[in-house]
Amino acid sequence: MASTIRVRATSTGETTEVQALIQHPMDTGLVKDPKGELIPAHFIQQLTFEYDGKNVFAADWGPAVSKDPYVKFSFKGGKKGDDLKVAWIDNKGASDTTTAKIQ
Amino acid sequence: MRAAIHSTSGALALAVLLLTAMPPVIGAETPNPVADAQAFRKFFTDKFPKVKLEDFVNGPYSMNEDMHRQWQEKEQFPPYDFSLEAGKEMFAKRFKNGKSYADCFPNQGIGIRQNYPQFDEKEGKVVTLELALNRCREANGEAPFSYVKDEMAALTAYMAFTSRGKPFDIKIPNDARALEAYENGKRYFYTRRGQLNFSCASCHVQNPGERIRAEVLAPAIGILNAMPIYRSEWGGMGTISRRFTTCNSQIRGVPLDPQSDEYRDVEYFLSYVSNGLPISGPGARP
Repeated sequence: MASTIRVRATSTGETTEVQALIQHPMDTGLVKDPKGELIPAHFIQQLTFEYDGKNVFAADWGPAVSKDPYVKFSFKGGKKGDDLKVAWIDNKGASDTTTAKIQ
Repeated sequence: MRAAIHSTSGALALAVLLLTAMPPVIGAETPNPVADAQAFRKFFTDKFPKVKLEDFVNGPYSMNEDMHRQWQEKEQFPPYDFSLEAGKEMFAKRFKNGKSYADCFPNQGIGIRQNYPQFDEKEGKVVTLELALNRCREANGEAPFSYVKDEMAALTAYMAFTSRGKPFDIKIPNDARALEAYENGKRYFYTRRGQLNFSCASCHVQNPGERIRAEVLAPAIGILNAMPIYRSEWGGMGTISRRFTTCNSQIRGVPLDPQSDEYRDVEYFLSYVSNGLPISGPGARP
């Protein structure tokens, strides 16, 4: 299956701007399906961006984050051609990870 | 005296006769889609002189500078991306009988979105792309998809993507039924309905660029060019069928079944009057 993570990191020299889009239902556990049964909560709990062995961004998420969430941030440093590792874990224990080259 | 009265009423009767015998002035003119499309386009270019014609396909983003900037940023990482990828995979995948979608469409289904909906002279009705896709599935022994979202949206997203930039090229063949379908669609578009008593035109002709609650209304011209769309409000993708049914329930009307004759006809009308404007789908809308 294709990766659930889309990521683009661009270095401007001093800083690196990162944009990521993650495919995830992010169910709150408060919504019912057409049959009237609750859709169990299913959301990303932890999202990390790792560069050069260090976390440059870590987020503890809950059910309030939207479906297919989008993240944008920048961090100091980061060289063109280096790897940026992105990983998420959800409350059901599922996870995905991908590595992007900084452009 | 009596004779005088008689003669005046006679004259009146004659006048009435003459009026009914004359060609009716307004309302029942012979349908003229070419003139309609020109007038339709002129209405929008006159109303929004600053907006370039091909920009109307960007809906609310062509109406509002602030939204336009937000959208440009969004387009770098479009929310329809996952659906588009899924659509590409689905389109390439073969059915159980070994055939694929490519076998059902001209040019293997690539770059043909701008030719739909078409008038099918055999059936005597309008055939939309969504309908053609489900017929393709059924002809190959597969169950049809829901018309409103998910798989259907993914497939049409991919087909629109391969047709990006190609101008809408909807034809009305020389067939009385085709003209009737066009007229029927036009009538549907301008007829008020629902508890709120809105027609499609109330919002998308009279008030594009204005806000309806938090949303900026899209102009009717080019409105289908961006379909299917990822609608943030829906939290997902939606097809033309989804847009039509949702519009109807929002004005507190009773939506028709997706791909019912009226919806097919209104899609035919709306696509025809947007002829010449490029396909921009799949799109993203707030």
